[in-house]
This record gives sequence, structure tokens and C-alpha cells, in this order.
Amino acid sequence: MLYELTAHALHEKLKSQETTAVELAESVYARIDEVESHVKGYLTLTKDLALEQASRADSGFQKGDEMPPLAGIPIAIKDVICTKGVRTTCGSKILESFVPPYDATVMTKLYEQGVVMIGKTNMDEFAMGSSTENSAYQITHNPWNLDTIPGGSSGGSAAVVSADTAVCSLGSDTGGSIRQPAALCGVVGMKPTYGRVSRYGLVAFASSLDQIGPFTKDVTDCALLLNAICGSDAMDATSVDVPVPDFTQYLINDVKGLKIGVPKEYFTPALDTEISDCIHSATAVLEGLGATVEEISLPHTEYAIATYYIIAPAEASANLARYDGVRYGYRHENPEDLINMYKKTRSEGFGEEVKRRIMLGTFALSAGYQDAYYKKAQKVRTLIKSDFDAAFEKVDVIATPTSPTPAFKIGERIADPLQMYLSDVMTTPASHAGLPGISVPCGFVKNGLPVGLQLLGAPFAEEKVLRVAYTFEQNTEHHRQKPQIQTNGVVS
Amino acid sequence: MATITTEGVRHVANLARLEFNDEETEQFTEQLARILDYIGTLNELETDEVPPTSHIHPHQVFIMGSQEGAAHVAKADVVKPSYPREDVLANAPEPEEGYFGVPRVVDRSH
Repeated sequence: MLYELTAHALHEKLKSQETTAVELAESVYARIDEVESHVKGYLTLTKDLALEQASRADSGFQKGDEMPPLAGIPIAIKDVICTKGVRTTCGSKILESFVPPYDATVMTKLYEQGVVMIGKTNMDEFAMGSSTENSAYQITHNPWNLDTIPGGSSGGSAAVVSADTAVCSLGSDTGGSIRQPAALCGVVGMKPTYGRVSRYGLVAFASSLDQIGPFTKDVTDCALLLNAICGSDAMDATSVDVPVPDFTQYLINDVKGLKIGVPKEYFTPALDTEISDCIHSATAVLEGLGATVEEISLPHTEYAIATYYIIAPAEASANLARYDGVRYGYRHENPEDLINMYKKTRSEGFGEEVKRRIMLGTFALSAGYQDAYYKKAQKVRTLIKSDFDAAFEKVDVIATPTSPTPAFKIGERIADPLQMYLSDVMTTPASHAGLPGISVPCGFVKNGLPVGLQLLGAPFAEEKVLRVAYTFEQNTEHHRQKPQIQTNGVVS
Repeated sequence: MATITTEGVRHVANLARLEFNDEETEQFTEQLARILDYIGTLNELETDEVPPTSHIHPHQVFIMGSQEGAAHVAKADVVKPSYPREDVLANAPEPEEGYFGVPRVVDRSH
């Protein structure tokens, strides 16, 4: 079926006019009709817009124009990325009716490529969570086992690619929100280097950590999406003006001579032993293909979560001050006065986890506590970053598990915030250092849930990460596995 | 590092412009205390001589539109069109005469 294919395979079919972008979009919407009521990955579907975009791409192909690699390709967008004229909720009640008057820079770039936007995907409210259970709207189910979570916060974007209800998607990653759900849903997910992709139009969570990145069915599609979205932008002063290579040039099936470091601190008793086995098998594959694999040490790894849960909430508490009921979003009706309007609006509009993080962040920045918490965390961030700087003096790429466990049951961790926070233990260290990181499928645990291999590179060394990921993928079959979605006893 | 009391939670909630009932206040106090206790592990590290990292590319804010490393390069001071007023007000909960309407903050009698 068309909806099962990768973007690069579909591009060939569109180019040769074996199929059309409209047929392809129809195929994806037919798949949505079949499984979406079970997966619940989308918050908004944009079928009219998609068919219009598809027929525009088709006229280009029919005229024989040179079409970009993503022209006519169905893509889903995390609902934290502003889409002009299309509701953008951030998974929050406070933005239930928010329709952005502008497009995020990544959307402008994707539309220039001629993509077909299928819809906006579910997420943890304001990207705060590791299971997508913090959405104010719905729970997204992992296509591999509908009783389990898809990961988070970009759980919808991961689930729709896994379920073949989109060919690819965009998510955002602050402490692991692309890599962790990619691992749990058995797809490829990449967070580029902080500053690689413009954050203009990405609704801000933690500004020193947030980064947009792709979910795809293979590493080739990942490179194509990076080509489309990377680059500095006058609208984002934190986007970095460094040359953007053609990332497809680094899809090289060869790791001979590359050094891969495996940090011993990631293999703790908390790591599921089946996952540990998968990672060791994966690094053995790379070693067999000519890479040098060596154990390394990143001594401050264990402090990454504590550091993250000061820095991210502190920045969030400042960023989310804008939701006050004045300019957009929900407003409490009949307030007593202005301050009362702010308080009622925010207390009614935000969900529990968002309030918890605003409280934590406000506390960490409040008079008398800022040095003990926020400044302390920024100093430990320096130590974590220095660990990576030292490691990349010796190795090209670092290989770790992406998540300490496979997908967990819906409801299992929601009552215990700290337990939920520990889901990010493998992904937050690289976030502090702003590193590029990819998660690629590397096996399955006994109950059939997918496992992800995380590959990290030095800042702006995406090409090395892609090369190792591509070589691994080309020499294994894990990425070809598809979930069998149980729809009322019928397998779809 | 200090722990947090229900009084502290009420103070922080006011700073954050949030409101909680007694039950929620108790729950947040308990949860935040647990999280802060975990965060306390950072005190195991000696950091007096370590500089803080607020940004991973410390030079990046200076390099836009100029050679790398140049300090404090400002954007060109060029007037560009803003979004039309009606577009900006389209999401406002209570727009009023081309402005964002809010509850009265100034008493008219003064």
C-alpha cells in the first residue's frame, strides 16, 4: 500500500507518475479511517488543505518540473508548531481555539518543498511529559500495543509514523521528546544540534533546550527532512549561522575507521536487561562492520535529570507567563479584577503537570533560592557538557540506549511525577550539551515492543550520526518491522 | 537546599499567578518536596569554581549577519511591516475598539 512507503520511495513513484500526490493523500486518509480511532495520534486533520496541496504538487509533476524530494509527501506536524490558519493547541485547553496568524519557519520551508500536511498531532501539554498522557484532549496509544503509551512528549508524531497514518512528521525535543517516543514506537527520530533549526513559531517550553526535528521510517528520509528544515533564520537569534550540508551525502554504508564510545554510566541496574542486550548486539554489529567500539565514561550522567528538572521548569515558568487571558487563548469569565482574571485563567486553563512545572520553576527562580537551584543547575550543566567535550576528543559517535524501558502501560507512572521524570534519564544529558542525537530501531523485547539505539554526535556533527545510523540500518532489518494494530479483533 | 512548606507553596503560587485549594496545596507541597529532595543530589558536586552554562553556543547570538566571533552585532534598523491589527486581535478573548480588552484597572473617578 502507498501509505506504507518511505518518502524517498514515494518520490520515485511520483516522479515517474506511477502514482499521484492526491492518490497518496487519499491512501493515507483511508489508513487513518482504518486505525486512527484506536491510535488517536491526531488532534486536528487538515484534509481539505492536504488535497489542495497535493493537487498543486501533482500539477508540478505533470508539467515535468524538477520537484523537491518532499513534494507531495504526506507529513504530520506536532501541535506545538504554529501553522497559519490551522488551530495550534499545544495539547492545552488554554490554547483550545488558538489559530496562529503566521507559520513557523519550518512550515514555510516545508511548504516551499511542496509537502502535504495531513494534520496536527497529539502531545503532552506544552511538551511537558514522557508519555503523551498529559494532553488535555486524548490519550495516544502505541501502535505496537494499544495498552501502552507511545512515549512523549511528541507521542502523536511518533505514533502516526509507526501506524502508517503519516509518511513522516515533525516533533520537538527538549529533554528527549523526539528520541524517546521514536524508540518506543519503533521509528527513526532525530534531534538536531541546538541552533540547527529555527525555533521561530515553535511555542516555547525551555528556550535553551528546545529543538525541532523529524520522525521518519528510515534514515534516508531523516536526512531529507533535515535538508528541508535546517538553517539559520533572522527570526530566531539562537539559530546558528553555520553551513548546512546536503545530509544525504552522508548516507554512507561504511563505518570503517569510525570510533564509537559506549558510556558505562548508562548501563545501570535501572536499565531493562533486554534493552541492554539489544544495545550490545547493535554495537557488535557496528564493530563487525569495521567500527572501533570502546567503553567511555561520562561521569556526571546521573545528575542530568536533577539538572534538567530545574533548568527546564525555570525557563518554562518564564515562557508560560504569556498565557494570561489577555491576547489569545482561554479567559476566565466574569473575573473580579485583573489579577483575579490572570489567576483564574491560568488555574483553569493549565493542566496539572504544567502547573507543577511552573511552580517548580518559579520556586527555583524566586528570591533567595535562585543561586541554590537555578545557578547550581547551570554549573552542573557545564560539567555534563564538559564530559561530552572530553569524550568527543576520543570518539566520533556515542551509542547508548534511548530509553531505560520499553513502552510502559497507560496509567502506570502518571500518579508519580518523579518516576515519570526518570523516563528521560538516557536523553537529557545530550540535551544539556545541545548535541545532535538520533534514535533508530535496534530490536524488540520478548513481548514484542520496539527498542531504540541512541547515537549522539558532537555539536553540528549530524553527518557522523547519520552515517553510523544509516550503516546500522542498511545491515539490519529492525526498521522494516511494522506493528499489527488490533482493531476490534481484526489486525490492520 | 531547603525544603518547601505549604506556606511556601502559597507564596510561589501567587508569584506564578496560580490558585490552589487546600487539597491541591497539600498535594503540590508533598510532590514538590519529593522532587526538590531528589534535586538535592546536585549538592554532592563541588561547583564553586565551575562557570554556569546558560547557552551552549555562547558566541552564537553575536554571529548573525556578521563574521564569526564579532561582538554584539545589531540587526539593521529597518522598518518592516507588522501583522495587520485585525489578524493580531483575531485570537483575543475580548477585543475592544482595536485593543485587547481587560477588566478595569484604573478607577475613572480619579
